[in-house]
Amino acid sequence: MSVITLQVDGRDVAVPAGSTLLQAIRAAGLSVPTLCHLDGLDPVGACRLCLVEVEGSQRLLAACASEASEGQVIRTDTTQLQGYRRMAVELFFAEGNHVCAFCVANGQCELQDVAVAVGMDHSRFPYQYPQRSVDASHRHFSLDHNRCILCTRCVRVCDQIEGAHVWDVAERGSDCRIVAGLDQPWGEVEACTSCGKCVDVCPTGALYANEDTTAEKHPHPERAHQLRRAREHQQWLR
Amino acid sequence: MARTVVIDPVTRIEGHAKITLQLDDDGHLVDSRFHVVEYRGFETFCEGRPFTEMAGITARICGICPVSHLLAAAKTGDKLLAVQIPAAALKLRRLLNLAQITQSHALSFFHLSSPDFLLGWESDPARRNLFGLMAADPELARAGIRLRQFGQQILELLGGRKIHAAWAVPGGVRSPLSAEARDWILARLPEAQATIRLALELHKRQLDGPLQQEQRLFGSFPSLFMGLVTPEGLWEHLDGQLRFRASDGTIVADGLREDDYASFLAEAVEPWSYLKFPYYRPLGYPDGMYRVGPLARLNVCDRIGTPWADRELAEFRQRSGQVAISSFAYHHARLVEIVACLEAIATLVEDPELMHGRVRCRASLNHHEAVGVSEAPRGTLFHHYRVDDDGLLTKVNLIIATGQNNLAMNRTVHQIARAYIPDPVPAGVEIPEALLNRLEAGIRCFDPCLSCSTHAAGQMPLAIRLVAADGRVLAERCRG
Repeated sequence: MSVITLQVDGRDVAVPAGSTLLQAIRAAGLSVPTLCHLDGLDPVGACRLCLVEVEGSQRLLAACASEASEGQVIRTDTTQLQGYRRMAVELFFAEGNHVCAFCVANGQCELQDVAVAVGMDHSRFPYQYPQRSVDASHRHFSLDHNRCILCTRCVRVCDQIEGAHVWDVAERGSDCRIVAGLDQPWGEVEACTSCGKCVDVCPTGALYANEDTTAEKHPHPERAHQLRRAREHQQWLR
Repeated sequence: MARTVVIDPVTRIEGHAKITLQLDDDGHLVDSRFHVVEYRGFETFCEGRPFTEMAGITARICGICPVSHLLAAAKTGDKLLAVQIPAAALKLRRLLNLAQITQSHALSFFHLSSPDFLLGWESDPARRNLFGLMAADPELARAGIRLRQFGQQILELLGGRKIHAAWAVPGGVRSPLSAEARDWILARLPEAQATIRLALELHKRQLDGPLQQEQRLFGSFPSLFMGLVTPEGLWEHLDGQLRFRASDGTIVADGLREDDYASFLAEAVEPWSYLKFPYYRPLGYPDGMYRVGPLARLNVCDRIGTPWADRELAEFRQRSGQVAISSFAYHHARLVEIVACLEAIATLVEDPELMHGRVRCRASLNHHEAVGVSEAPRGTLFHHYRVDDDGLLTKVNLIIATGQNNLAMNRTVHQIARAYIPDPVPAGVEIPEALLNRLEAGIRCFDPCLSCSTHAAGQMPLAIRLVAADGRVLAERCRG
């Protein structure tokens, strides 16, 4: 296995070739906020929270979806990046209807955690208050579009781990939304095995078990990685 | 000549409440109105949400009595699921409501109202508040604060937080009572009982002495009273059935179920207030005026069912009549109810069933419509939900205690204004501080939610307008 070396925030780090910048950052003992990224699922670089500066590059790169290369000099925590990250989180809040007070995921929400991490105490952007619906047609689970940040973890876990491919992304721009089957009520999609993996990995309260009430959701995002490791390496570890 | 008198600052008014006094051409008072000018819209924006969220959403209506909405929403949820909740959950919910009534009544009496009684109606408004009370009688103020803390702490021991704990859920509650929590309650009960004994002695002395005029003039009129009672007619705060009693002691209706509320309650709307005007349907509007809350609960029940509270109830009735018609008696009724709550809490925490682990049942949606009821500190609270096949709300109706006292609060304001402003009102009149304070205190008898939110620091935001027959505002005083 070949190894590459690079520098992250002044720290030298060596990672296996083919690693992502996010893996290199973590190998250096550092972290950047993430939302769409989840170990065990293929990266998409959708949320833009893990943007980093790469010396010599005009563009900011999504660390989760960019491959590390030999000799790179990475900065993860500049004033510019802090500003962009906070702005991205503010836009998440302004774009949907995120009311933590009675949300099932209150206290267990990655969006909430990220907001705290980036120091967001209010949104500078006007709240859009979009008219969105709740799909409660499934016997066990519900999808509240108001709380969806389009990270697509549900789409990927259902496709890549469960293999059912129930979820997809439809429409564009502010109309963009997650759809079940051929844009059907979730409860009518025969492909759904009711495994609940999408609920487990959802970073917000968008997907939840019907019996959960305020602050009762207990997500298990680690399961995606556990299942993948079990399948690919026959390691059933918790 | 029309003019406006303004008291600064007005920033904390925020349209919470306004009183207008209407004069005819000769300057005689013809009408007085208590306006609530805030609109919150919970019934509308809850539509489309899952019914399981209602406990969490509606608890946010109020920071003082979130438990009342929590319990009404959970009970409505039980009915939608068609479940009978575990016995331990039922008792834990009762414990929660008793603690809630205790803390809210303690807040109303000690923090909000007792400064008027103890420091005097004419005392400096800047000091006529809890801080003034702390300076004048630090022991009483401390005891009152600790009594409220006792109730609040039980809420936290049960639900994990003092305010907005979404602990009661459709199907039961989230967690049982721990042995440590039970021991804490038992250890603090004697102090709470000593405090309420002290407060009762003090208040009864005042009722027999300096507060006699207030008992005659603060909302003293016949009306119906509504509240929950047990099937045996005892005082009740969470389950049971509804009873209407008239001022002459007649039981007008009994054994009513909350599911049928629309058959005996109706709501009128007036263009000058966002607060609806519920009334007893068979008598029409506004003759169907009824009062709810501590006074009504003591009036509708035959007895309370615990020894100390029953002795206090007997004395209450000796003092204020078999059916107390003065709204000023709400204060005394609150203290009697705290006694009832403390006795009930003492009984409950000794009950081994309270510690059972099974406190929640799980079920799917089984009904499309349900009505839940609870006795909030301020009176009977109804939640009425209709849901679709997926459990999403299509219709929400909340009938809140403060609203049900709306007609009586207006009547109280009118009675106080009639008693204390000159007749006729001379031109260029100034509204005296004493009237402002007494009108405020008249409303405060009912402990409406609008006073909860802002009054604890000192004063209820209030605007009083004196309006001539042609609509001109002759005088206005605002306080906030």
